[in-house]
Amino acid sequence: MSSGLKPKHQRLVLVVVALVALVGAGLLAAYALRNQASYFYVPADIAAAPPQVGQPIRLGGMVENGSIATAADGVTVQFVVQDGAARVPVSYTGIVPALFVEGSGVVAEGSMNADGTFIADNLLAKHDENYMPRELEGMSTAELREELQETVE
Amino acid sequence: MIAEIGLAALWLAAALSVLQLVGGYLGARNEDSELAVLVRPAAVLQAVLCAVSFLALVYVFAITDLSVRLVAENSHSMKPLAFKLSGAWANHEGSMLLWIAVMAVAGGLIALIERRLPERTMMATLGTQGFVGIGFYLFILLSSNPFERLSPVPADGNGLNPLLQDMGVSFHPPTLYIGYVGLSVAFSFAMGALLTRNVTPDFARVMRPWVLASWIFLTIGITAGSYWAYYELGWGGWWFWDPVENASLMPWLAATALLHSASVLAARDALRTWTIMLGVVAFSMSMVGTFLVRSGVLTSVHAFAVDPERGSFILALLALYIGGALVLFALRANTIAEGERFSLLSREGALVVNNVGLSAILGIVLLGTLYPLLTEAFDVRVSVGPPYFNPVSAIFFLPMLVILAVGPLLRWREDSFARIRMPVLVIGAAAVAALVAVLLLTDIGFLPLLGLALAAGVAIASFMPLRSRNIRRVPLAVWGMCIAHFGVAVALFGMAADSAFQQERLVAATPGDSVEVGPWEATLAGISPVAGPNWTAMQGDIFVSYQGGEPTETFPQARSFWAPQGETSEVALVTRWNGQLYVALGNQSEDGRWQLRLWWKPFVTWIWYGGLLIALGGAMALVGRVVGDVRRRSTARREEERRAEEAELATA
Repeated sequence: MSSGLKPKHQRLVLVVVALVALVGAGLLAAYALRNQASYFYVPADIAAAPPQVGQPIRLGGMVENGSIATAADGVTVQFVVQDGAARVPVSYTGIVPALFVEGSGVVAEGSMNADGTFIADNLLAKHDENYMPRELEGMSTAELREELQETVE
Repeated sequence: MIAEIGLAALWLAAALSVLQLVGGYLGARNEDSELAVLVRPAAVLQAVLCAVSFLALVYVFAITDLSVRLVAENSHSMKPLAFKLSGAWANHEGSMLLWIAVMAVAGGLIALIERRLPERTMMATLGTQGFVGIGFYLFILLSSNPFERLSPVPADGNGLNPLLQDMGVSFHPPTLYIGYVGLSVAFSFAMGALLTRNVTPDFARVMRPWVLASWIFLTIGITAGSYWAYYELGWGGWWFWDPVENASLMPWLAATALLHSASVLAARDALRTWTIMLGVVAFSMSMVGTFLVRSGVLTSVHAFAVDPERGSFILALLALYIGGALVLFALRANTIAEGERFSLLSREGALVVNNVGLSAILGIVLLGTLYPLLTEAFDVRVSVGPPYFNPVSAIFFLPMLVILAVGPLLRWREDSFARIRMPVLVIGAAAVAALVAVLLLTDIGFLPLLGLALAAGVAIASFMPLRSRNIRRVPLAVWGMCIAHFGVAVALFGMAADSAFQQERLVAATPGDSVEVGPWEATLAGISPVAGPNWTAMQGDIFVSYQGGEPTETFPQARSFWAPQGETSEVALVTRWNGQLYVALGNQSEDGRWQLRLWWKPFVTWIWYGGLLIALGGAMALVGRVVGDVRRRSTARREEERRAEEAELATA
């Protein structure tokens, strides 16, 4: 197939193929990353512009006090994630992380269902006292303090 | 006292690295420079001093010398000895000391044994090694001194993060670091060759064992890390696209590309500039990896050290080394003469495609890992996860598997499709047969389906290069290639089978209850409290039987550590040749029932077997190359002696 090409042209073809592949990879990554911009949500985002039903997203916020309830099957927990502006009910079937408690920060992976409940496939709670999901660091300290206040009351 | 010896050794080593830098570069300009004779001894002595320093740290951890701040902060007298020792490098300061120690030992080794290249190139190489070393010595001595004393001495230490109190962690960081740092040797060789305008097949042959060795360690490190995350984090996943995992994957991708392009350079004297470029990229990725892990800039379950100041130090080093290397590359690249030419349809052509594909995946992973950092600068919080990485990297990975199957069948320089039509048809038939069989028997997703079919094709293809060869006379390096490629097929099969066929059950059970998951039946016999040296746990007593066979007793635990506080889930694993049963014990619900999570993961272990096969293939190639090289050298020497004798006879 390439026997008709001169060596110099073959080299050129190789370089062009390599460039096209690398630029293609870059563009593809950029395109896919733009869509990822809507991957992480806080409850306020969901209230403002709800994601499509079934679209995989991460939801981050604080677990509302008094909202954790275990369903009759013993393995499904229902709770509410809030960020001070909005609340989202979450349902998770699985073993909750050790540090998943009311009033703590949580990031849930999953998607919204048709009734507006977030179905979580995975919960990322903080792993130790020093770990905080990066996405939650932006929350104002006032909100966090408020949470703590409610916890001691 | 021991701590002070360690610190003094480190300072001395740092001073020697300055000597190595100056002497090396003077020697590269003028071989007869007086300082040049000191360069090799300086490198060797540095290796000894760094080893002393590292052993001193291990020793203070072993005896739990709490007057050393690092020990007080990261260890505890009640900890088992194995974890006291591994605690020496399971923290920021200790791991950086390990890094520099490995680097110094590698530098010492080259200085001691490597005499194949022109001395000027060796001097430039060792000088570069010294230059890289200085930055890391300064980093440790100025911002992360592992031997700092503490006064007053505390009553006991803080202990080690419970997640890290595991044998996997004891081996994981050292293997990865050996891999990372081995790439610094490749980087130094590339710079040495570039500085002295000596980019030759000889250079590639000298560099290749180092790339191979670090690639083997990276492969083992990634495999071990993946298995650790799988059983220790208790989520049953084996790859999370976590930034820290990506940090080890990126150097591996670059090293894999470098390995293949160095082979082209060694065998055919082509791809000269590209190989140098990859040498720079591979070490850059190691440094980026260190930066990501050690600075704690990214969201990560692994990022225990959160210290942006140190991060900016490493970032500055990164900018200096990589920026410097790229400038040098830009200045010198045009002086590298064009290598040998080759046709598109040739072994070289296939390896170029392999390199481009690996680089593309590397770019994709790098962008995805750094993107959240970039957007954060503009106050937009983004997290990038599997929905990005899986499909985008698969687009490049799947075609590369086709190249992996066909490439090794091609001849160097030029080939015709007619010659390889037969084996390609056999490989294609195997893949299609697997595809049809899977389609008929099951109903699974598109990517796992494609994965299973390609795994079948690649498995057959990996041994095709041995056809019509005398099996006994196949060089070890070729066997290594076949085994490594077969390992890719095995790992791919494991990944596809696990994601397609895994079954999960999650129940709340009381003692006496039975649960079925896939072919397994599990019966909860009881739950009882147990205690270890620094933890207490609730332990499940569960009998599991495969297809109604003899039951096996397993003990998953939910552990609570008290120094420092933390909880881990110790899962119970029952391994069969065709997969693994994964049992995790959860919390007790309000009505007294216990949560049990069971997975049947068919062929999941093949992922790690595949990883080990890849590393084994690398090791075989390494041994084959080194032995071949030694043999060649001794033959050449004998030849030379014979010629000298003949010349003597002729003149006599």
